[in-house]
Amino acid sequence: MAQALTSEAEHAQWLLDLLTRKGADVVDAWVAAQERGSATLGLAPDPRSLRATAESVVEAMRVGLASGRVAEPAGPQYEGLRRLLADTSSRGAHSGATPTETATAVLTLREALHGVAQAEGLPGEALAQVTLVLGRLVDAMALLTFETFVAGRQDVIDRQSMELLELSTPVVRLWDGIVGVPLVGTLDSARTQVVMETLLQAIVDERASVAILDITGVPTVDTLVAQHLLKTVTATRLMGADCIISGIRPTTAQTIVQLGIDLTDITTRSTLADALETAIARVDALRGAARDRR
Amino acid sequence: MVRTGQVLIATLGDELDDQSALGMLSDVADRVARDRVQGVLLDISALEIVDSFICKVLGDTAAVVKVLGAQVAVVGMRPVVAITLVELGLPLTGVATALTVDHGLALLAGSAAAVGPTGREGGGPGPRR
Repeated sequence: MAQALTSEAEHAQWLLDLLTRKGADVVDAWVAAQERGSATLGLAPDPRSLRATAESVVEAMRVGLASGRVAEPAGPQYEGLRRLLADTSSRGAHSGATPTETATAVLTLREALHGVAQAEGLPGEALAQVTLVLGRLVDAMALLTFETFVAGRQDVIDRQSMELLELSTPVVRLWDGIVGVPLVGTLDSARTQVVMETLLQAIVDERASVAILDITGVPTVDTLVAQHLLKTVTATRLMGADCIISGIRPTTAQTIVQLGIDLTDITTRSTLADALETAIARVDALRGAARDRR
Repeated sequence: MVRTGQVLIATLGDELDDQSALGMLSDVADRVARDRVQGVLLDISALEIVDSFICKVLGDTAAVVKVLGAQVAVVGMRPVVAITLVELGLPLTGVATALTVDHGLALLAGSAAAVGPTGREGGGPGPRR
């Protein structure tokens, strides 16, 4: 067994050979190492499932090594290993494992493999080379679990921000023919779009002739936010409904004037109660006109 | 195009091309002059797609009707159409709007009797009460 290992293909072949012959030993050593440390792959407290996971990882590594490449688990042959690690990592993430724990569990595989490789009696230099190659492979595997973890978290964040977007724009029927939107939080263009769509649809559904935009919960009104508000008001009017902006605080009013934002064409009220009063008066006036017609 | 009392209701089809839009403009103008109606409702509830040209024709029709001495309102605009016009920066300034034909009739009756909120106009409306 004292051959010189120089090329990547030879390293892969040697490792494949090692895993084929001593696969069970590697699994034993890895499971033992994981149990010694606190970090276990996929947070499996059950030793049997820990062993099963370890066995399938080693098997997937063998499939990958058969490609003759060992530098990084990127080729199509490593697809199985990548998927397995991704699964394990996301399972760990769901059961509350930190990414460090999962990565550490994978990294302990290096110790296990190194121990088994040492017993093969390679000359010093060849052993050092193999250790280096092994290290790279296991590091890449650990990084993969980390990446999967981050991607999984990002999915959760994206989904939550979508939910927040929908949750934060409820349209409520305040009175017969009057709908209101209590806006909470900063208005950006994505939210304006959602507000506009839901408000206009509510106007159609409720046959509302007045819509009230309450901005009590909007912390700051700058030129951009004002522009978004104006767009919503314009769209409401195009639909044939009146739009009132309420909940303008004294500081907000000052900011609006200082920024030179022109709201003169828009009915504004300081409180939602005032806005509702105005809205009811308008609806009554419209009804009166309709009665006169008959 | 239907006439009810003193109001002419012009319904725009969903397949409104540039040519038929222009035809609609002259038809409405002719009918207003001939029948001497007091108000016109442009019902665009069937309209799903608008472009800048259709928007211009709508604005022109409203202006022509006003010049002929009648009241006018655009009624039944769909949410998607309203959003499109806002995004295109075409707010139909100076044109009155109403949610449905019923609302439109009430609006015209209101402005004729000079009661109710008169300046219910799309886009940048005039000063409010």
